[in-house]
Amino acid sequence: MSDPIIHMERIEKHFGNIIALAGVSFDVIAGECHCLLGDNGAGKSTFIKTMSGVLKPTKGDIMVDGRKVTFDSPRDAMEAGIATVFQDLAMIPLMSVTRNFFMGREPTRGIWPVRQFDVETAKRVTMDEMRKMGINLRGPDQAVGTLSGGERQTVAIARAVYFGAKVLILDEPTSALGVRQTANVLSTIDKVRKQGVGVVFISHNVRHAMAVGDRFTVLNRGRTLGTAKRGEITSEELQNLMAGGQELAALEGSLGGTV
Amino acid sequence: MTATSADIDERVKSESLMVRLMKRPELGAIAGLIVVVIFFIFTARGNMFTLSGAINILTPAAQLGILAIGASMLMIGGEFDLSIGAMMAFAGMIFGACVVTLGLPLILAIPLTLICAAIIGLINGQIVIQTGLPSFIVTLALLFILEGASLVGLKALTGGSTQLRGVRDATQEDWLAPFFSGDAFGGLFRWLAENGLVDTFNNGAPKVPGIPIEIVWAVGLTLVATFVLMRTQTGNWIFASGGDRKAAENSGVPVRSVKTGLFMFAACCAALVAVITVLDLGSTDPKRGFQKEFHAIIAAVIGGCLLTGGYGSAIGAFVGSVIFGMASIGLTFTKIDGDWFKVFLGGMLLLAVLFNNAVRKRVTGER
Repeated sequence: MSDPIIHMERIEKHFGNIIALAGVSFDVIAGECHCLLGDNGAGKSTFIKTMSGVLKPTKGDIMVDGRKVTFDSPRDAMEAGIATVFQDLAMIPLMSVTRNFFMGREPTRGIWPVRQFDVETAKRVTMDEMRKMGINLRGPDQAVGTLSGGERQTVAIARAVYFGAKVLILDEPTSALGVRQTANVLSTIDKVRKQGVGVVFISHNVRHAMAVGDRFTVLNRGRTLGTAKRGEITSEELQNLMAGGQELAALEGSLGGTV
Repeated sequence: MTATSADIDERVKSESLMVRLMKRPELGAIAGLIVVVIFFIFTARGNMFTLSGAINILTPAAQLGILAIGASMLMIGGEFDLSIGAMMAFAGMIFGACVVTLGLPLILAIPLTLICAAIIGLINGQIVIQTGLPSFIVTLALLFILEGASLVGLKALTGGSTQLRGVRDATQEDWLAPFFSGDAFGGLFRWLAENGLVDTFNNGAPKVPGIPIEIVWAVGLTLVATFVLMRTQTGNWIFASGGDRKAAENSGVPVRSVKTGLFMFAACCAALVAVITVLDLGSTDPKRGFQKEFHAIIAAVIGGCLLTGGYGSAIGAFVGSVIFGMASIGLTFTKIDGDWFKVFLGGMLLLAVLFNNAVRKRVTGER
């Protein structure tokens, strides 16, 4: 196993007297899909927010490529190669796919005052990147609003990868999707993983996680219940863990004693 | 859709040129213009559709157009400015004070007026952005503040009267004046008249001495604004800021600067119209620009701008202004009583809003 791109060590996050995270450790290596599972309120969102720079951990270390870092803003995390696709996707339905794809990072050519948004390059890149992800747009000017939920998710993922994400955090990308669209998003995750990007897939759906995950970490009440590799755990066992660890004792062996 | 599907998705019907044109935001306005022109072709008498008739329509349309371009850019950026009408009166007062009271040359007076307008735009923008209040209410407050300030200021400047005169005398000799008043391309029109290409008076002078300068400004600003919107990074930021502020911010768009800049631009457009009209009439008064903010917003909406931001065009706003100008002037060429104008205007606005709403649903795929 290669060294992790990002390593989160005993992360704690307190909101006043509420302990949202009580020492969560987590890492992602290149080219894997590491699923972060947990029921609602388990602390998944808080945890990925510390990972993506939205929140600062109360305690604990974040290491990127073996070096300790602090993220003061999402921008810092993005510059370190940690990109997050949140549920709202940061997409604007009225704007074209191309304009959304390059929003905030438009390619330009020429010098001021005639410096232009390089529309031709932007359109070409967008069409190419979307085709790589298996989506054939009607045209680069197609409005994002006309895409399906799964396609929008894919645009957001393709955008993050194109702009150099080493770690891609996906916040419940399949939670609002139908069966087919979910399959599309999962296959997109697989494509991204094969490009060497480390994917963090947050979900509370065990079946979706099992479909693409290489490793599985279960969060419950602000703690990790352990990390298991693919093949070491069944979906029933994961389900039980998420549900509150009723059958925890029986699972200890399969979780490699990390509990 | 599967990864193996061919380059063309069989579920998507290919779009004709017509359908693609239908998706341009200014299309509604152009269709509206055609309808209005047809209406007046059948009802107007005399010389409405001659060159001088067209200039008659286009001159007020262009003044409104300059305002509407500022308003439409701001609307695309997701904000409103109800104070641009009052801004005209205020900028007119500043400009009048500069040239008449202080005796400054235009090279100083015009930049000073624009800077004052920009500062007020900055204040508008900062209040809206810092407080998160709707721009509607903030700029409504500024509307009254500016209107009142213009009245107070003009009374102080003129010693009790509200009209500040003498602008023409003060600026007649100024080398910069031809860029902001009178007609452009006078030589061209004289040449056309000599060659019998345009109508002339008996003495051989052309009936239309040139293109009024505001038309040149309006067309120029439309082109610049369209270039910025369609072909620059700033343009993408404007659409993004108006489309979804949070999404734009998360993507690294400097939404605050974009919106503040647009407030300043809208205010400067109002100040430019003020300069042109004050030079044209030779005087300024506190009622200048009264209700113009509404006219500008109406023109922008007829031109395809959505009230919710993120969609619209500068060309559309200009065409909207032409419709506005044509309707207001055109009725005098018909047997229809001019009092019907506002009924017509309201109807046009309602139609435009309904049309825009349908377009928005179409673009966003909402059902």
